[in-house]
Amino acid sequence: MTYLPYCIAAWLFVVGLYGIVTSRHFVHLIICLSVVQSSTYLLLLSIGFRSLPAQAPIFSDVPPGSPAVDPIVHALTLTDIVVGATVTALLLALTLNIKRKRGSVDPAVLSPFPE
Amino acid sequence: MSATARHVLFAVFGPVLLGFLCWGVCGLSPFGQFHGAYGELLNHVAVQERHVLNVVTSVIFDYRGFDTLGEEFILFASVTGVVLLMRHEQSEQEDACEPHSIQQHDTGVLDPAASDLTRLFTLGFIGAVLMFGCYIVLTGHLSVGGGFQGGVILFGAWVLVLLAYGSGVFHRCANPSALEWAEALGGGGYVVVGCVGLLTGQEFLTNVLPLGHTGQLLSSGTILLINCAVGTEVAAGFVLLLVEFSRPLQKESPGQ
Repeated sequence: MTYLPYCIAAWLFVVGLYGIVTSRHFVHLIICLSVVQSSTYLLLLSIGFRSLPAQAPIFSDVPPGSPAVDPIVHALTLTDIVVGATVTALLLALTLNIKRKRGSVDPAVLSPFPE
Repeated sequence: MSATARHVLFAVFGPVLLGFLCWGVCGLSPFGQFHGAYGELLNHVAVQERHVLNVVTSVIFDYRGFDTLGEEFILFASVTGVVLLMRHEQSEQEDACEPHSIQQHDTGVLDPAASDLTRLFTLGFIGAVLMFGCYIVLTGHLSVGGGFQGGVILFGAWVLVLLAYGSGVFHRCANPSALEWAEALGGGGYVVVGCVGLLTGQEFLTNVLPLGHTGQLLSSGTILLINCAVGTEVAAGFVLLLVEFSRPLQKESPGQ
């Protein structure tokens, strides 16, 4: 049980990858990419987690120096979430562009190695 | 590669990868037992050193401020990329269409048939969301919050305008050139605050401003300023994305 959160992160990664491999639509593919990305958030946050009595690393209610979870991984995750959202927007804009230029959003149709 | 071949390859190597990852993560310390020296140290010294109560904020905007600057440039670059792509598309589209056909469909598909009651309640809500967003941006060093989160909440106010009042009103509330200025000022403001450290003869992004009293609004030195810069940039960038994504729909869909 002590390794369950890490294994769920690994499972999320592979599930997202499965979605990317079997994708028939670029928007679906981009969402699967977000699933893969979210596995990194889960991994980072579960590494930094500490069991009670540790709390969030915000010392406005508790005295400074009381046990708290790791703030580094929180900082890494926080910036990544916002930046990930804009990168998703960029990918969606690229998808719109491809739809207009090539008339399709199916990765198989647009493959550099046509069947 | 055919779809079947791809599926077969994944069926073989997907579980292998899963097993490999699980084997890898089992080498980490058990869940809830990791005691990172860096994190532990910051939890103990950040409040005294930087006069912030939220250690995560101090890590993002001070101890690892240079890192966040890079992240912020990724944000800036992707918003710029979206704007470039969508405007290029827009100009191509306008060349293709007759001018009067655009005029005809200008009301757009995003204009919902929102009732007056919905609009009235949303108007009150927009003010509250704006206030809450500013509060979250400004109290990043005191409690839960910061520029990134507050910026996204501020963006929510523009989403409400679009949903309740339709794209016509939204595009009047979201002037692209003003948003571009705000985004550039946010991104540039971060660098300028960093350069203040250089001017005093210390490293880039050194917290050189007076730190104030812990727990007060005007404390934590440069962290507060950087929070405001990031909040401006995130909010302006996201609204700009919404402007660009809501525009083509407006003209393309009725013609189809």
